[in-house]
Amino acid sequence: MNKQLMYGTHAIGEAAIQAGCTCYFGYPITPQNELPEYMSRRLTEVPGGVFIQAESELASINMVLGASVAGARAMTSSSSPGISLKQEGISFLAGMELPAVIVNIVRGGPGLGNIAPAQSDYFQATRGGGHGDYRIVVLAPASVQELADMTFAAFDLADEYRVPVMVMGDGMLGQLMEPVVMPVRKKKKLPEKDYILTGAKRRPARLVKSLILDTKAMEDHNWKLMRKYRRIEQNETRWESFLLDDAEMVVIAYGTAARIARGAINRLRREDESIRVGLIRPITLWPFPTDVLKKASQKIKDFFVFEMSAGQMVEDVRLALDGSGTIHFYGRPGGVVPTPAELARSIARHYYQSQRKQKK
Amino acid sequence: MLIKTIFSGFGGQGVLSTGQTLAKAALQEGKFVTFLPSYGAEVRGGTANCTVTISDEEIASPIASEPEFVVALNQPSFFRFQNLLQSGGFLLYNSSLVEASNIRGDIETLGVPITELAANIGNVKVANMVMLGSFIRISNLISFDRLIKNLPEILGAEKARLLNINKQAFQLGFDYVKEHLKCL
Repeated sequence: MNKQLMYGTHAIGEAAIQAGCTCYFGYPITPQNELPEYMSRRLTEVPGGVFIQAESELASINMVLGASVAGARAMTSSSSPGISLKQEGISFLAGMELPAVIVNIVRGGPGLGNIAPAQSDYFQATRGGGHGDYRIVVLAPASVQELADMTFAAFDLADEYRVPVMVMGDGMLGQLMEPVVMPVRKKKKLPEKDYILTGAKRRPARLVKSLILDTKAMEDHNWKLMRKYRRIEQNETRWESFLLDDAEMVVIAYGTAARIARGAINRLRREDESIRVGLIRPITLWPFPTDVLKKASQKIKDFFVFEMSAGQMVEDVRLALDGSGTIHFYGRPGGVVPTPAELARSIARHYYQSQRKQKK
Repeated sequence: MLIKTIFSGFGGQGVLSTGQTLAKAALQEGKFVTFLPSYGAEVRGGTANCTVTISDEEIASPIASEPEFVVALNQPSFFRFQNLLQSGGFLLYNSSLVEASNIRGDIETLGVPITELAANIGNVKVANMVMLGSFIRISNLISFDRLIKNLPEILGAEKARLLNINKQAFQLGFDYVKEHLKCL
Protein backbone atom coordinates (compact mmCIF):
# COMPACT_ATOMS: atom_id res chain seq x y z
CA MET A 1 0.00 0.00 0.00
CA ASN A 2 1.12 3.54 -0.71
CA LYS A 3 2.15 6.12 1.83
CA GLN A 4 -0.82 8.28 2.68
CA LEU A 5 -1.21 11.30 4.88
CA MET A 6 -3.43 10.30 7.81
CA TYR A 7 -4.60 11.65 11.13
CA GLY A 8 -3.32 9.68 14.13
CA THR A 9 -6.83 8.78 15.22
CA HIS A 10 -7.77 7.59 11.73
CA ALA A 11 -4.58 5.53 11.49
CA ILE A 12 -5.54 3.74 14.73
CA GLY A 13 -9.02 3.04 13.37
CA GLU A 14 -7.87 1.76 9.99
CA ALA A 15 -5.15 -0.42 11.57
CA ALA A 16 -7.78 -1.93 13.88
CA ILE A 17 -10.00 -2.73 10.90
CA GLN A 18 -7.01 -4.25 9.07
CA ALA A 19 -6.29 -6.36 12.17
CA GLY A 20 -9.78 -7.82 12.02
CA CYS A 21 -11.49 -5.71 14.67
CA THR A 22 -15.24 -5.98 14.12
CA CYS A 23 -16.53 -4.36 17.30
CA TYR A 24 -16.01 -0.83 18.54
CA PHE A 25 -17.72 0.58 21.64
CA GLY A 26 -17.01 4.01 23.04
CA TYR A 27 -18.21 7.23 24.54
CA PRO A 28 -17.06 10.63 23.19
CA ILE A 29 -14.24 12.64 24.74
CA THR A 30 -11.71 15.07 23.27
CA PRO A 31 -9.00 14.65 21.91
CA GLN A 32 -9.89 11.27 20.39
CA ASN A 33 -13.39 11.80 18.96
CA GLU A 34 -12.18 11.42 15.38
CA LEU A 35 -11.45 7.75 16.16
CA PRO A 36 -15.04 6.71 17.00
CA GLU A 37 -16.21 8.92 14.14
CA TYR A 38 -13.94 7.00 11.76
CA MET A 39 -15.04 3.65 13.19
CA SER A 40 -18.73 4.53 12.92
CA ARG A 41 -18.29 4.90 9.17
CA ARG A 42 -15.73 2.16 8.53
CA LEU A 43 -17.42 -0.60 10.55
CA THR A 44 -20.52 -0.37 8.34
CA GLU A 45 -18.31 -1.58 5.49
CA VAL A 46 -16.97 -4.58 7.43
CA PRO A 47 -18.91 -7.87 7.45
CA GLY A 48 -20.36 -8.31 10.93
CA GLY A 49 -19.13 -4.86 11.95
CA VAL A 50 -20.67 -3.38 15.09
CA PHE A 51 -20.32 0.22 16.22
CA ILE A 52 -22.08 1.46 19.34
CA GLN A 53 -21.80 4.85 20.95
CA ALA A 54 -22.63 3.62 24.41
CA GLU A 55 -24.39 5.57 27.14
CA SER A 56 -21.22 5.79 29.22
CA GLU A 57 -17.60 4.70 29.48
CA LEU A 58 -18.63 1.98 31.91
CA ALA A 59 -21.11 0.57 29.42
CA SER A 60 -18.63 0.68 26.55
CA ILE A 61 -15.88 -1.27 28.36
CA ASN A 62 -18.43 -3.88 29.42
CA MET A 63 -19.67 -4.16 25.83
CA VAL A 64 -16.04 -4.85 24.88
CA LEU A 65 -16.00 -7.58 27.53
CA GLY A 66 -19.19 -9.08 26.12
CA ALA A 67 -17.91 -9.03 22.54
CA SER A 68 -14.59 -10.52 23.62
CA VAL A 69 -16.19 -13.37 25.55
CA ALA A 70 -18.16 -14.14 22.38
CA GLY A 71 -14.91 -14.38 20.42
CA ALA A 72 -14.80 -11.08 18.53
CA ARG A 73 -11.84 -8.75 18.21
CA ALA A 74 -13.15 -5.75 20.14
CA MET A 75 -11.82 -2.36 21.09
CA THR A 76 -12.67 0.82 22.91
CA SER A 77 -10.95 4.18 23.10
CA SER A 78 -11.08 7.21 25.32
CA SER A 79 -8.96 9.89 26.90
CA SER A 80 -7.70 10.08 30.49
CA PRO A 81 -10.90 10.84 32.50
CA GLY A 82 -12.80 8.29 30.41
CA ILE A 83 -10.08 5.67 30.87
CA SER A 84 -10.38 6.14 34.64
CA LEU A 85 -14.06 5.22 34.35
CA LYS A 86 -13.21 2.08 32.38
CA GLN A 87 -10.87 0.69 35.03
CA GLU A 88 -13.43 -1.60 36.64
CA GLY A 89 -14.06 -3.29 33.30
CA ILE A 90 -10.33 -3.58 32.59
CA SER A 91 -9.81 -5.34 35.93
CA PHE A 92 -12.64 -7.75 35.04
CA LEU A 93 -11.09 -8.38 31.59
CA ALA A 94 -7.77 -9.19 33.28
CA GLY A 95 -9.41 -11.46 35.85
CA MET A 96 -11.45 -13.29 33.23
CA GLU A 97 -8.39 -13.49 30.94
CA LEU A 98 -10.12 -11.85 28.01
CA PRO A 99 -8.37 -10.12 25.10
CA ALA A 100 -9.27 -6.49 24.41
CA VAL A 101 -7.64 -3.42 22.93
CA ILE A 102 -7.96 -0.11 24.76
CA VAL A 103 -6.70 3.13 23.29
CA ASN A 104 -5.88 6.00 25.63
CA ILE A 105 -5.19 9.35 23.97
CA VAL A 106 -3.85 10.96 27.12
CA ARG A 107 -4.73 14.54 28.08
CA GLY A 108 -3.66 16.77 30.97
CA GLY A 109 -4.97 15.84 34.42
CA PRO A 110 -5.86 15.18 37.20
CA GLY A 111 -9.64 15.45 37.16
CA LEU A 112 -11.07 16.83 33.94
CA GLY A 113 -7.74 18.62 33.44
CA ASN A 114 -7.52 19.94 29.90
CA ILE A 115 -7.42 18.58 26.36
CA ALA A 116 -3.73 19.12 25.70
CA PRO A 117 -1.21 16.27 25.17
CA ALA A 118 0.24 14.75 28.37
CA GLN A 119 1.89 11.60 29.73
CA SER A 120 0.42 11.69 33.20
CA ASP A 121 -1.43 8.36 32.96
CA TYR A 122 1.77 6.29 33.14
CA PHE A 123 1.20 5.06 36.70
CA GLN A 124 -2.41 4.11 36.01
CA ALA A 125 -1.55 2.25 32.81
CA THR A 126 1.55 0.38 33.94
CA ARG A 127 0.23 -0.71 37.34
CA GLY A 128 -2.90 -2.24 35.92
CA GLY A 129 -5.16 0.68 36.73
CA GLY A 130 -8.01 -1.13 38.42
CA HIS A 131 -8.16 -3.29 41.53
CA GLY A 132 -6.43 -6.61 41.99
CA ASP A 133 -3.07 -8.18 41.16
CA TYR A 134 -2.80 -7.71 37.43
CA ARG A 135 -0.96 -5.97 34.62
CA ILE A 136 -1.89 -4.94 31.13
CA VAL A 137 0.47 -4.65 28.18
CA VAL A 138 1.07 -0.95 27.44
CA LEU A 139 2.40 0.13 24.03
CA ALA A 140 3.73 3.66 23.57
CA PRO A 141 3.86 4.80 19.92
CA ALA A 142 5.74 7.96 18.93
CA SER A 143 4.45 8.62 15.41
CA VAL A 144 1.32 8.15 13.35
CA GLN A 145 2.98 5.19 11.63
CA GLU A 146 3.57 3.58 15.00
CA LEU A 147 0.01 4.29 16.10
CA ALA A 148 -1.04 2.13 13.16
CA ASP A 149 1.63 -0.56 13.66
CA MET A 150 1.06 -0.90 17.41
CA THR A 151 -2.73 -0.91 17.25
CA PHE A 152 -2.37 -3.67 14.70
CA ALA A 153 0.06 -5.60 16.91
CA ALA A 154 -2.08 -5.04 20.00
CA PHE A 155 -4.84 -7.33 18.72
CA ASP A 156 -2.41 -10.23 18.20
CA LEU A 157 -0.80 -9.68 21.60
CA ALA A 158 -4.20 -9.60 23.30
CA ASP A 159 -5.29 -12.84 21.65
CA GLU A 160 -1.98 -14.59 22.19
CA TYR A 161 -1.87 -13.99 25.95
CA ARG A 162 -5.57 -13.38 26.63
CA VAL A 163 -4.87 -9.98 28.19
CA PRO A 164 -6.12 -6.43 27.72
CA VAL A 165 -3.59 -4.39 25.74
CA MET A 166 -3.45 -0.61 25.90
CA VAL A 167 -2.15 1.66 23.16
CA MET A 168 -1.19 4.87 24.91
CA GLY A 169 -0.77 7.98 22.77
CA ASP A 170 -1.40 11.61 23.60
CA GLY A 171 -3.45 14.49 22.29
CA MET A 172 -0.73 15.57 19.89
CA LEU A 173 -0.23 12.15 18.28
CA GLY A 174 -3.99 11.75 17.88
CA GLN A 175 -4.46 15.08 16.10
CA LEU A 176 -1.25 14.92 14.06
CA MET A 177 -1.21 14.03 10.36
CA GLU A 178 1.78 12.09 9.06
CA PRO A 179 2.58 9.69 6.22
CA VAL A 180 1.51 6.11 6.97
CA VAL A 181 1.85 2.76 5.27
CA MET A 182 -0.98 0.56 6.59
CA PRO A 183 0.12 -2.79 8.00
CA VAL A 184 -1.29 -5.81 6.19
CA ARG A 185 -2.55 -8.87 8.05
CA LYS A 186 -0.47 -11.99 7.68
CA LYS A 187 -1.58 -15.37 8.92
CA LYS A 188 -0.13 -15.61 12.38
CA LYS A 189 -0.50 -18.73 14.46
CA LEU A 190 -2.52 -17.81 17.50
CA PRO A 191 -3.93 -20.11 20.15
CA GLU A 192 -7.43 -21.34 19.41
CA LYS A 193 -10.11 -19.49 21.40
CA ASP A 194 -11.27 -22.52 23.35
CA TYR A 195 -12.83 -20.45 26.12
CA ILE A 196 -15.37 -18.35 24.21
CA LEU A 197 -19.12 -18.68 24.66
CA THR A 198 -20.70 -19.85 21.44
CA GLY A 199 -23.53 -22.06 22.70
CA ALA A 200 -22.87 -25.43 24.35
CA LYS A 201 -24.52 -27.62 21.75
CA ARG A 202 -22.62 -30.96 21.57
CA ARG A 203 -19.91 -29.81 23.97
CA PRO A 204 -19.61 -29.30 27.74
CA ALA A 205 -20.72 -25.90 29.01
CA ARG A 206 -18.11 -23.19 29.61
CA LEU A 207 -18.01 -20.56 32.31
CA VAL A 208 -16.05 -17.30 32.08
CA LYS A 209 -15.92 -15.36 35.34
CA SER A 210 -13.68 -13.48 37.71
CA LEU A 211 -15.51 -14.43 40.91
CA ILE A 212 -13.54 -17.17 42.70
CA LEU A 213 -14.72 -17.35 46.31
CA ASP A 214 -12.43 -20.17 47.39
CA THR A 215 -9.25 -18.46 48.58
CA LYS A 216 -6.90 -21.27 47.57
CA ALA A 217 -8.40 -21.38 44.08
CA MET A 218 -8.14 -17.59 43.88
CA GLU A 219 -4.51 -17.76 44.93
CA ASP A 220 -3.83 -20.35 42.24
CA HIS A 221 -5.56 -18.13 39.68
CA ASN A 222 -3.37 -15.20 40.73
CA TRP A 223 -0.18 -17.25 40.40
CA LYS A 224 -1.34 -18.43 37.00
CA LEU A 225 -1.78 -14.81 35.92
CA MET A 226 1.66 -13.95 37.32
CA ARG A 227 3.28 -16.78 35.33
CA LYS A 228 1.63 -15.38 32.24
CA TYR A 229 2.91 -11.88 33.03
CA ARG A 230 6.46 -13.27 33.48
CA ARG A 231 6.14 -14.87 30.05
CA ILE A 232 5.08 -11.54 28.55
CA GLU A 233 8.04 -9.83 30.24
CA GLN A 234 10.40 -12.38 28.72
CA ASN A 235 8.97 -12.34 25.21
CA GLU A 236 7.38 -9.00 24.54
CA THR A 237 9.55 -6.27 26.08
CA ARG A 238 10.26 -3.74 23.33
CA TRP A 239 12.55 -0.73 23.25
CA GLU A 240 14.88 1.11 20.91
CA SER A 241 18.10 3.02 21.36
CA PHE A 242 19.68 5.91 19.53
CA LEU A 243 23.39 6.94 19.53
CA LEU A 244 24.07 4.81 22.58
CA ASP A 245 27.52 3.45 21.63
CA ASP A 246 29.64 6.39 22.74
CA ALA A 247 27.09 7.90 25.14
CA GLU A 248 28.13 9.23 28.54
CA MET A 249 24.60 10.28 29.37
CA VAL A 250 21.45 8.54 28.22
CA VAL A 251 18.07 10.20 27.90
CA ILE A 252 15.12 7.96 28.73
CA ALA A 253 11.80 9.01 27.23
CA TYR A 254 8.80 7.43 25.51
CA GLY A 255 6.12 8.45 23.00
CA THR A 256 6.00 12.10 21.99
CA ALA A 257 8.65 12.90 24.62
CA ALA A 258 11.08 10.44 22.96
CA ARG A 259 10.55 12.19 19.68
CA ILE A 260 11.36 15.56 21.21
CA ALA A 261 14.37 13.99 22.96
CA ARG A 262 15.71 12.69 19.67
CA GLY A 263 15.49 16.19 18.21
CA ALA A 264 17.24 17.61 21.27
CA ILE A 265 20.05 15.03 21.06
CA ASN A 266 20.61 15.69 17.35
CA ARG A 267 20.74 19.39 18.07
CA LEU A 268 23.23 19.01 20.94
CA ARG A 269 25.56 16.74 19.01
CA ARG A 270 25.54 19.14 16.07
CA GLU A 271 26.32 22.13 18.26
CA ASP A 272 29.06 20.55 20.38
CA GLU A 273 30.91 17.43 19.26
CA SER A 274 32.15 16.74 22.78
CA ILE A 275 28.59 16.14 24.04
CA ARG A 276 27.94 12.43 24.00
CA VAL A 277 24.26 11.85 24.74
CA GLY A 278 22.17 8.88 23.58
CA LEU A 279 18.60 7.73 23.99
CA ILE A 280 16.80 4.66 25.30
CA ARG A 281 13.14 4.69 24.39
CA PRO A 282 10.82 2.15 26.04
CA ILE A 283 8.26 1.04 23.44
CA THR A 284 6.43 -1.22 25.88
CA LEU A 285 5.88 0.68 29.13
CA TRP A 286 4.76 -2.56 30.70
CA PRO A 287 6.72 -4.74 30.44
CA PHE A 288 9.37 -2.08 31.13
CA PRO A 289 12.83 -2.64 29.59
CA THR A 290 14.48 -3.05 33.00
CA ASP A 291 17.32 -5.29 31.80
CA VAL A 292 18.29 -2.85 29.06
CA LEU A 293 18.74 -0.06 31.60
CA LYS A 294 20.59 -2.37 33.96
CA LYS A 295 23.01 -3.32 31.21
CA ALA A 296 23.48 0.30 30.13
CA SER A 297 24.33 1.25 33.72
CA GLN A 298 27.47 -0.92 33.60
CA LYS A 299 28.97 1.63 31.21
CA ILE A 300 26.92 4.80 31.59
CA LYS A 301 26.51 6.62 34.88
CA ASP A 302 24.12 9.46 34.00
CA PHE A 303 20.47 8.86 33.18
CA PHE A 304 18.27 11.78 32.15
CA VAL A 305 14.55 11.04 32.32
CA PHE A 306 12.23 13.32 30.36
CA GLU A 307 8.46 13.04 30.67
CA MET A 308 5.44 15.19 29.90
CA SER A 309 4.37 14.62 33.51
CA ALA A 310 5.62 15.54 36.96
CA GLY A 311 7.66 12.32 37.05
CA GLN A 312 6.18 8.83 36.83
CA MET A 313 8.36 6.63 34.60
CA VAL A 314 11.33 8.01 36.53
CA GLU A 315 10.31 5.63 39.34
CA ASP A 316 10.62 2.61 37.05
CA VAL A 317 14.03 3.88 35.96
CA ARG A 318 15.04 4.14 39.62
CA LEU A 319 13.85 0.57 40.25
CA ALA A 320 15.70 -0.69 37.19
CA LEU A 321 18.99 1.02 38.08
CA ASP A 322 18.70 -0.09 41.69
CA GLY A 323 21.07 2.52 43.02
CA SER A 324 23.67 2.50 40.26
CA GLY A 325 24.11 5.72 38.32
CA THR A 326 22.73 9.22 38.80
CA ILE A 327 19.20 10.07 37.73
CA HIS A 328 18.41 13.50 36.30
CA PHE A 329 14.84 14.54 35.59
CA TYR A 330 13.03 17.10 33.46
CA GLY A 331 9.23 17.02 33.49
CA ARG A 332 6.50 19.20 32.01
CA PRO A 333 3.07 18.27 33.40
CA GLY A 334 -0.32 19.75 32.56
CA GLY A 335 -0.34 19.48 28.77
CA VAL A 336 2.82 21.46 27.96
CA VAL A 337 4.86 20.13 25.03
CA PRO A 338 8.37 21.57 25.23
CA THR A 339 10.43 22.16 22.10
CA PRO A 340 13.58 20.18 21.29
CA ALA A 341 15.58 23.40 21.85
CA GLU A 342 14.18 23.79 25.35
CA LEU A 343 14.90 20.17 26.27
CA ALA A 344 18.39 20.44 24.77
CA ARG A 345 19.21 23.31 27.14
CA SER A 346 18.17 21.24 30.15
CA ILE A 347 20.12 18.17 29.00
CA ALA A 348 23.22 20.27 28.31
CA ARG A 349 23.12 21.88 31.75
CA HIS A 350 22.91 18.50 33.51
CA TYR A 351 25.54 17.03 31.19
CA TYR A 352 28.15 19.73 31.79
CA GLN A 353 27.49 19.75 35.55
CA SER A 354 28.00 16.04 35.73
CA GLN A 355 31.19 16.23 33.63
CA ARG A 356 32.60 18.86 35.99
CA LYS A 357 31.78 16.70 39.02
CA GLN A 358 33.59 13.73 37.51
CA LYS A 359 36.74 15.80 36.90
CA LYS A 360 36.97 16.87 40.56
CA MET B 1 16.37 21.44 5.69
CA LEU B 2 13.53 21.69 8.18
CA ILE B 3 10.96 24.42 7.55
CA LYS B 4 7.89 25.16 9.65
CA THR B 5 4.92 27.18 8.47
CA ILE B 6 1.83 28.30 10.35
CA PHE B 7 -1.35 28.81 8.33
CA SER B 8 -3.93 30.84 10.20
CA GLY B 9 -7.26 32.60 9.76
CA PHE B 10 -10.95 32.36 10.58
CA GLY B 11 -12.59 28.94 10.74
CA GLY B 12 -14.14 28.45 7.30
CA GLN B 13 -11.49 30.29 5.29
CA GLY B 14 -9.91 26.97 4.34
CA VAL B 15 -6.87 27.33 6.56
CA LEU B 16 -6.63 23.64 7.39
CA SER B 17 -7.24 22.47 3.83
CA THR B 18 -4.53 24.84 2.59
CA GLY B 19 -2.05 23.31 5.02
CA GLN B 20 -3.17 19.80 4.18
CA THR B 21 -2.78 20.42 0.45
CA LEU B 22 0.77 21.63 1.01
CA ALA B 23 1.53 18.63 3.25
CA LYS B 24 0.17 16.16 0.69
CA ALA B 25 2.14 17.78 -2.12
CA ALA B 26 5.34 17.63 -0.07
CA LEU B 27 4.70 13.97 0.76
CA GLN B 28 4.45 13.21 -2.94
CA GLU B 29 7.87 14.74 -3.42
CA GLY B 30 9.24 12.23 -0.92
CA LYS B 31 9.77 14.73 1.88
CA PHE B 32 9.23 14.10 5.58
CA VAL B 33 6.12 15.98 6.58
CA THR B 34 3.82 16.60 9.54
CA PHE B 35 0.51 18.48 9.68
CA LEU B 36 -0.69 19.55 13.11
CA PRO B 37 -4.04 21.36 13.37
CA SER B 38 -4.80 23.53 16.35
CA TYR B 39 -7.49 22.02 18.46
CA GLY B 40 -9.09 23.13 21.62
CA ALA B 41 -12.28 24.61 22.92
CA GLU B 42 -12.76 26.53 19.68
CA VAL B 43 -15.63 28.92 18.94
CA ARG B 44 -17.48 29.61 15.73
CA GLY B 45 -15.92 32.56 13.96
CA GLY B 46 -12.78 32.14 16.04
CA THR B 47 -9.32 31.48 14.74
CA ALA B 48 -8.11 28.25 13.20
CA ASN B 49 -4.51 27.43 12.53
CA CYS B 50 -2.26 24.57 11.58
CA THR B 51 1.45 23.93 11.43
CA VAL B 52 3.05 22.20 8.46
CA THR B 53 6.61 20.97 8.83
CA ILE B 54 8.54 19.91 5.73
CA SER B 55 11.96 18.36 6.09
CA ASP B 56 14.65 16.20 4.48
CA GLU B 57 15.09 14.25 7.71
CA GLU B 58 12.88 12.79 10.40
CA ILE B 59 10.83 15.46 12.18
CA ALA B 60 11.35 15.54 15.93
CA SER B 61 8.63 17.94 16.94
CA PRO B 62 5.68 18.96 14.77
CA ILE B 63 5.07 22.05 16.90
CA ALA B 64 6.42 25.38 15.68
CA SER B 65 7.58 27.71 18.40
CA GLU B 66 9.58 29.82 15.90
CA PRO B 67 8.27 29.18 12.39
CA GLU B 68 10.10 30.29 9.24
CA PHE B 69 6.82 31.29 7.55
CA VAL B 70 3.46 32.57 8.69
CA VAL B 71 0.44 32.80 6.41
CA ALA B 72 -2.26 34.98 7.97
CA LEU B 73 -5.70 35.18 6.40
CA ASN B 74 -7.29 37.50 8.98
CA GLN B 75 -6.42 40.39 11.26
CA PRO B 76 -6.18 38.54 14.61
CA SER B 77 -3.81 35.93 13.12
CA PHE B 78 -1.76 38.68 11.51
CA PHE B 79 -0.91 40.07 14.94
CA ARG B 80 -0.82 36.84 16.91
CA PHE B 81 1.49 34.82 14.69
CA GLN B 82 3.71 37.66 13.53
CA ASN B 83 5.21 37.60 17.01
CA LEU B 84 6.16 33.93 16.70
CA LEU B 85 8.09 34.32 13.44
CA GLN B 86 11.84 33.81 13.47
CA SER B 87 13.92 36.87 12.88
CA GLY B 88 14.28 37.02 9.09
CA GLY B 89 11.09 35.01 8.64
CA PHE B 90 8.40 35.75 6.07
CA LEU B 91 4.84 36.90 6.78
CA LEU B 92 2.40 36.42 3.95
CA TYR B 93 -1.01 37.98 4.58
CA ASN B 94 -4.40 38.39 3.03
CA SER B 95 -4.52 42.08 2.13
CA SER B 96 -8.24 41.77 1.28
CA LEU B 97 -8.97 41.51 5.01
CA VAL B 98 -5.84 42.54 6.84
CA GLU B 99 -4.84 46.10 7.49
CA ALA B 100 -1.09 45.87 7.77
CA SER B 101 0.20 47.97 10.62
CA ASN B 102 2.77 47.64 13.37
CA ILE B 103 4.88 45.21 11.36
CA ARG B 104 8.07 43.97 12.95
CA GLY B 105 11.20 45.40 11.41
CA ASP B 106 13.14 42.13 11.24
CA ILE B 107 10.81 40.16 8.98
CA GLU B 108 9.76 40.27 5.34
CA THR B 109 6.11 40.66 4.39
CA LEU B 110 3.83 40.59 1.38
CA GLY B 111 0.10 41.19 1.18
CA VAL B 112 -1.93 39.34 -1.46
CA PRO B 113 -5.53 40.47 -2.16
CA ILE B 114 -6.74 36.89 -2.42
CA THR B 115 -10.48 37.57 -2.28
CA GLU B 116 -10.31 40.01 -5.21
CA LEU B 117 -8.03 37.71 -7.16
CA ALA B 118 -10.31 34.74 -6.58
CA ALA B 119 -13.34 36.83 -7.56
CA ASN B 120 -11.62 37.47 -10.89
CA ILE B 121 -11.84 33.79 -11.73
CA GLY B 122 -15.40 33.63 -10.49
CA ASN B 123 -15.11 31.73 -7.20
CA VAL B 124 -14.09 33.41 -3.95
CA LYS B 125 -14.05 30.02 -2.24
CA VAL B 126 -10.64 29.29 -3.75
CA ALA B 127 -9.09 32.39 -2.18
CA ASN B 128 -7.11 30.09 0.13
CA MET B 129 -5.63 28.28 -2.86
CA VAL B 130 -4.61 31.60 -4.39
CA MET B 131 -2.68 32.12 -1.18
CA LEU B 132 -1.09 28.68 -1.45
CA GLY B 133 0.08 29.56 -4.98
CA SER B 134 1.71 32.70 -3.59
CA PHE B 135 3.21 30.77 -0.71
CA ILE B 136 4.81 28.21 -3.01
CA ARG B 137 6.41 30.97 -5.07
CA ILE B 138 7.83 32.66 -1.97
CA SER B 139 8.88 29.62 0.05
CA ASN B 140 10.16 27.45 -2.78
CA LEU B 141 9.46 24.45 -0.51
CA ILE B 142 7.82 22.35 -3.19
CA SER B 143 7.79 22.40 -6.96
CA PHE B 144 4.87 24.32 -8.45
CA ASP B 145 4.85 22.21 -11.61
CA ARG B 146 4.75 18.96 -9.67
CA LEU B 147 1.91 20.26 -7.52
CA ILE B 148 -0.12 21.00 -10.66
CA LYS B 149 0.77 17.58 -12.07
CA ASN B 150 -0.13 15.73 -8.85
CA LEU B 151 -3.23 17.79 -8.12
CA PRO B 152 -5.80 15.16 -9.21
CA GLU B 153 -4.34 12.74 -6.67
CA ILE B 154 -4.06 15.39 -3.95
CA LEU B 155 -7.65 16.58 -4.30
CA GLY B 156 -8.99 13.05 -4.64
CA ALA B 157 -11.93 11.74 -6.64
CA GLU B 158 -14.53 13.64 -4.62
CA LYS B 159 -13.15 17.01 -5.69
CA ALA B 160 -12.23 16.12 -9.27
CA ARG B 161 -14.68 18.68 -10.61
CA LEU B 162 -12.79 21.43 -8.76
CA LEU B 163 -9.49 20.61 -10.44
CA ASN B 164 -9.46 23.44 -12.95
CA ILE B 165 -10.58 26.20 -10.64
CA ASN B 166 -7.89 25.17 -8.15
CA LYS B 167 -5.23 25.15 -10.84
CA GLN B 168 -6.28 28.64 -11.90
CA ALA B 169 -6.18 29.82 -8.31
CA PHE B 170 -2.66 28.48 -7.75
CA GLN B 171 -1.44 30.13 -10.96
CA LEU B 172 -3.01 33.44 -10.00
CA GLY B 173 -1.34 33.53 -6.61
CA PHE B 174 1.96 32.34 -8.04
CA ASP B 175 1.99 35.02 -10.74
CA TYR B 176 0.93 37.74 -8.32
CA VAL B 177 4.11 37.22 -6.32
CA LYS B 178 6.19 37.17 -9.51
CA GLU B 179 4.87 40.62 -10.38
CA HIS B 180 4.92 42.18 -6.93
CA LEU B 181 8.07 40.82 -5.38
CA LYS B 182 10.71 41.42 -8.01
CA CYS B 183 13.66 40.45 -5.85
CA LEU B 184 12.78 36.75 -5.85
